[in-house]
Amino acid sequence: MDELPIRSGDDVVRVRQHVRNAAATSGLSLVDQTKLVTAASELARNTLIHGGGGVARVEVVKSPTGRTGIKLHFADEGPGIPDLNLALTDGWTSGTGLGLGLSGSRRLVDEFDLKSEPGAGTSVVVVKWSR
Amino acid sequence: MDQVPILKIGQTLFVSIQIDLQDESVMLLQEDLAAELAATAARGVIIDITAVEIVDSFIGRMLATIGSISRLFDAETVIVGMRPAVAITLTELGLSLNGVRTALNAEKGLALLNGRT
Repeated sequence: MDELPIRSGDDVVRVRQHVRNAAATSGLSLVDQTKLVTAASELARNTLIHGGGGVARVEVVKSPTGRTGIKLHFADEGPGIPDLNLALTDGWTSGTGLGLGLSGSRRLVDEFDLKSEPGAGTSVVVVKWSR
Repeated sequence: MDQVPILKIGQTLFVSIQIDLQDESVMLLQEDLAAELAATAARGVIIDITAVEIVDSFIGRMLATIGSISRLFDAETVIVGMRPAVAITLTELGLSLNGVRTALNAEKGLALLNGRT
């Protein structure tokens, strides 16, 4: 498992490149690679902007049926999300964005697990499986 | 931070994005383009994203914003060269690039601009 810091815009680009390499090596199709890297970009930006920085963990995983996947874990110790359902609604935004970061990235991956509490930071785990 | 060059050819500004875009670079491009439109009175902007591997919601929003800004300078924006995987991902993400036109490649983009009424 690789752990990458997210402290700046450059770090977000590095996370994207790292996820791209991991996804390509694990045999994800080009479209699935693009979806995963796009989701990683959204989530890394959230970690930076809303979480005040944090880390991304990139891991190659195997399913019980033998499929290979990429698991990404984004964690910050920021202010957390008061209302998870609201945060996952298309078009709802806490800032000036489009409100598609969380809801959109959920559509781009196969598994999506968001945990957050006010004052306790935010953790998002996503998995994309090869087909 | 990397800067994206803007070329003026005739009445058109050409931008070809060849770097892995970070948010600040996209914002800088937006400012540079507005300044260039004001200075040159160009009528069209072509943004080539052939080399762009992903367009997330931030980059997508900035492309749409560039289209809106251009219109204030009486110029039209055409995004060209979008990769198929990027198009699929953008659609699934839920992003529509309102305010900008798209074309398959730079040649078709230029034809679109020249044919406008």
